[in-house]
Amino acid sequence: MGKTEYKLLKGNEVIAIAAIRCGCDGYFGYPITPQSEVMETLMELKPWETTGMVVLQAESEVASINMLYGGAATGKKVFTSSSSPGISLMAEGLTYLAGAELPCLIVNVVRGGPGLGTIQPAQSDYFQATKGGGHGDYRLIVLAPASVQEMNDFVDLGFELAFKYRNPVMILSDGMIGQMMEKVRLSPEKPRWTDAEIEERYGSWTVKGKPSTRERHIATSLELDSAKQEKFNLKLVAKYAEIAKNETRYEKIMCDDAEYLIVAYGSSARISQKTVELAREKGIKLGLLRPVTLYPYPTKAIRDLLPQLKCVLAVEMSTGQMIEDVRLAVNGKVPAEHYGRVGGMIPSPEEVLNAVENLIERNKK
Amino acid sequence: MTTQEMIKPENLVYSRTRVLTDNVMHYCPGCSHGTVHKLIAEVIDEMNIQDKTIGVSPVGCGVFAYNYIDIDWLEAAHGRAPALATAAKRLNPDRYVFTYQGDGDLASIGTAEIMHACNRGENIVVIFINNAIYGMTGGQMAPTTLVGQVTATTPYGRNVEINGYPLKITELIAQLPGTCYVTRQTVYNPLTVRKAKRAIRKAFENSMLKKGASFVEVVGTCSSGWKLTPVEANQWMIDNMFPEYPLGDMKDI
Repeated sequence: MGKTEYKLLKGNEVIAIAAIRCGCDGYFGYPITPQSEVMETLMELKPWETTGMVVLQAESEVASINMLYGGAATGKKVFTSSSSPGISLMAEGLTYLAGAELPCLIVNVVRGGPGLGTIQPAQSDYFQATKGGGHGDYRLIVLAPASVQEMNDFVDLGFELAFKYRNPVMILSDGMIGQMMEKVRLSPEKPRWTDAEIEERYGSWTVKGKPSTRERHIATSLELDSAKQEKFNLKLVAKYAEIAKNETRYEKIMCDDAEYLIVAYGSSARISQKTVELAREKGIKLGLLRPVTLYPYPTKAIRDLLPQLKCVLAVEMSTGQMIEDVRLAVNGKVPAEHYGRVGGMIPSPEEVLNAVENLIERNKK
Repeated sequence: MTTQEMIKPENLVYSRTRVLTDNVMHYCPGCSHGTVHKLIAEVIDEMNIQDKTIGVSPVGCGVFAYNYIDIDWLEAAHGRAPALATAAKRLNPDRYVFTYQGDGDLASIGTAEIMHACNRGENIVVIFINNAIYGMTGGQMAPTTLVGQVTATTPYGRNVEINGYPLKITELIAQLPGTCYVTRQTVYNPLTVRKAKRAIRKAFENSMLKKGASFVEVVGTCSSGWKLTPVEANQWMIDNMFPEYPLGDMKDI
C-alpha cells in the first residue's frame, strides 16, 4: 500500500488525474469552456507513456461521443468531458450508447444556457441529464459532485457503475466545482484492466474479434421487430429499477429535527450547507438533503422526512428543474418551492436563507 | 466422365467463404452490396483474421452488414462510423478495423468524421459504397447523385442551382496526407470483382503497417432506387457513373 497523497487541485484537473489513476483506457474530447483543463491536464501528463491510456482531441463533440461508443464496445474504460453546448451535440451519441448498453463516463461541467449562454456556472442541464437528453426511453446514471474531492471519487465510482450496469454514467458538475481549487486525497493507482479481467468480471460481450468458439458480438441499438424492441425497452426499465434500488445516494445534513428542508445538489448544496448553519444560529430548524445521484433520484429519502416537515425549498442554479422531482416526492403533502439564480449568477448563503424565511412566512397563514 | 464423377472434394475450385453467415441477404436483386460483402468476407478468411477483425456498419442499406459477415461488429449512428473505428483501432492496435459506409453516410452526414479520421492517419480501412442514391429510405438524392439524375427528392432531375454538384469525396480524401491508399473500384463483372478484391485485401494489409488510412470506393448499382432492371442498372452505371467517377487508384504509397 502506497502512502496517501494529497494535492491542491482544480475540479477539472482532478478529473484527469483520477482517470489516469483508476486505470482509464481512453479519453476523447473537444475543448469548451469551462472544462478545457481536463484535456489540457491529460495532454500535459502524457499517460500514454506510463499507463498506455489513449488521449485524443477529436474534431467535434459529435465525434468524441462516438469515439466513446467505439472504445466502450471493445470493453475499454473510456470517458469524455464537455460543457452544456457540447453535451447537446453529444445527445445523439448518448442515446445510442444507452441503446447499445455500453459503459462509459461523461463529465458535464455545466455553464448557463440556452444556446451559447454564458461560460459561468449554472445547473440548468438537470432535465437534459436526468430525463434523457437524446431521443427514446433511456436513462443515464447521474452523479452530482459537491466538492473537488467528489470530482475525484466519482470518476472511479462512475466507471464501476457504468460497467456493473452497462450504462453510460454522467458526472453532472458545474463551472464552480470545475474551476475551484480544494485539497484532494488522490485515489490509489490501479492498473488498466486486461481483456481477460473484463471478461471475468463482466462476462463475454465485448466487440474484440470473433474467435471460432463463440457467436459474433454486435454492439447495436437497432431492432426492427417491434415485439423484440418492446422486450428490450422493458429490459432497460428493469435495469433502471435495479439501479434505483441499489445505487440511490444522498447526504442528509441537520435533518434529524428539521422542520424545514432545502433540497440541493452540487454547488447549490455547498452554498445551502452554509445557509443551514446561518439558519440554525437564528433558531430556524433547517436541514439539507443533498442528492448525490440525480438519477436515480432520492425520492424516498425526501418522502420519509415529510411527516416532520412544514415546507421544502429546492435550491438550484436554474429557473426550476429539479423542483419537479422534489414535488413528485413531496406529492402535495407540504408546500415545495424553487429558489435559484441563473445566467451564471451564484446565490449567496444569506440570499438562500432569505428565500427560506420568505417561504416560511408565506406558509404561516 | 459424368457430372457425378466430377463432384469430388479434390475437384472443388470454389466454395462460399465460411466468414459469410447463412442469413438470407435483404438486398434487392442486382444490388452491389452482396458482392462487396462477399469480397470482404473472403479477404478476412484468406488472411485468417476473423478473430482479429472489428467491422463498423453504417446507417443505410449496409446497416445489417453485421447479419451477413461473421465477425464482431459495431453498429454506428448515421455517418459516425469513422469516429467509432478511430477509438476501436487506437485502443486495440492489434485488431483490423474497417468501416462500411454508403454515400449518404460517408459523403453527406458523416463528412466531418471521415475527413478527420483520414486526415489523422487512422490505421483503418474504409469501404465506401457509392451508388448515387439513398437506398434504404426509398431513393432520395445523395451527395453523389449525378446532375440531372431523377430521385425521390429530385423528381425533375438534380439541378445544380438548387442542389449543387455531385461530391467527389474520394478525390478530396486522396489529398489528405493521412491516407496511404485511395482507390475507386466497381464490381459489375468478374474482372472488376477480382480487382476490387485485390484492393480490399491491400487495404486490410495496409492497416497493420501504420501507414495511415486506406480508402476503397466501390461504385455500385441500386436498381431499385434507379428504377432499372439489374442488367440495365449495370449499363447505366457504365454509361453515366464511370465518366463522373473514373475507376482506378488515386493514391498508393
